[in-house]
Amino acid sequence: MSDESPQAIRAEALESILIEKGLLTADAVDDIITRYSERVGPLNGARLVARAWVDPQFKKQLLADATSIVESFGFEGGQVEKLVVVENTDKVHNAVVCTLCSCYPWAVLGLPPKWYKDPAYRSRIVMEPRQLLAEMGVGLGSNVEIQVWDSSAEIRYMVLPMRPPGTQNLKEEQLAELVTRDSMIGVEVLIGVEVPGEPS
Amino acid sequence: MKGVHDLGGKSGYGQVDQSGAETVFHDRWEAKVFAMVGAASAAGAWSNTDRFRHAVERIDPEAYLTHGYYGRWLGGVETLLAEAGIVSQEEITLRAIAHGASRNDLIAAQPSPSPDPLGEPPSSSGSDRPISSAPKFNVGDQVRSLVNAVGHHTRLPEYAMGKRGEIVMHHNGWVFPDTNAHGKGENPKHLYTVRFSSEVLWGKPGFTVCVDLFEPYLELVNV
Repeated sequence: MSDESPQAIRAEALESILIEKGLLTADAVDDIITRYSERVGPLNGARLVARAWVDPQFKKQLLADATSIVESFGFEGGQVEKLVVVENTDKVHNAVVCTLCSCYPWAVLGLPPKWYKDPAYRSRIVMEPRQLLAEMGVGLGSNVEIQVWDSSAEIRYMVLPMRPPGTQNLKEEQLAELVTRDSMIGVEVLIGVEVPGEPS
Repeated sequence: MKGVHDLGGKSGYGQVDQSGAETVFHDRWEAKVFAMVGAASAAGAWSNTDRFRHAVERIDPEAYLTHGYYGRWLGGVETLLAEAGIVSQEEITLRAIAHGASRNDLIAAQPSPSPDPLGEPPSSSGSDRPISSAPKFNVGDQVRSLVNAVGHHTRLPEYAMGKRGEIVMHHNGWVFPDTNAHGKGENPKHLYTVRFSSEVLWGKPGFTVCVDLFEPYLELVNV
């Protein structure tokens, strides 16, 4: 008996067959791990968010035509033929899902987290978003309207989170470090930065 | 296709589990599956995303819910490799047993004995396509989605079937998954984002859900 899951064993069995048939190289796996661990990830999206927070003209362009912006930044990673960025405000909170599979804007957010692909999130966020977001740590007032975006075709969605309080003096690069992946999916609200000497 | 993959609004899946390591691949075999999906395409087992998605939808439903994302992908790629005659399931099973698997393990892939033709290769990269027909709908139009209990691949989720909504975006022409997944051509269609209120979907207030729907899924509601 092996300690590995049946699907892990089967994946390795199929891999060995494909390598023998000359259809797969052993290097292909390392290339993918390097690409998605190091070069494609949520840092790309965070750069867009931070720029939008400091540059109103950029923000306007990002909300009007995010696809052109992503092209101009030259992000790799696929899965983004057309990107739509939706803005969170104190009146509207956006969250993104793919109920039918697990579509996700790889080029700006990297590969999706496990929970994004699991049945619990995919089934519930379109039916009871307020309760689910509360369970995930996002308590929204009843005056905040929730908009859920189900990526059922090839359009990909990213949330522009609200700039947290207490960040007026931070530079763009510092702001980018505050932006989390989950805030760009819409399941986290960024909290303020504690400013020394002021009550938080 | 009505299947276990069509999860929106289904009950019983519990709480979202955000625990676990924040690594891109939790185990090396997951990256291997990722690589094999690309290799299967290069070997001619599939040539468009719709076909791959449909292969994942057709795996064993229990495996779909329990094998995880890359387990689902493994089921999809095995389905396509077997249907294309590149690798047989028995060959994989024998090799897996040699690697320590059991004969009784649940196998995700359920290849069809009479698979769809592969169809033409993609006419260009990506999925957006020029379209000569004029769009039927404008932003602001009220539309109703079809009650479309189809046996084929579709991107109309069950929870959004037969519901009234409003067109909020028009995205021009895109490959039509309902034919493209089955080797019946790219058949580009106009794509729209349709906003549904939670009252219409679930009979309760407080939120909206936007779904991207192809023109054949929709009809105009006269107001």
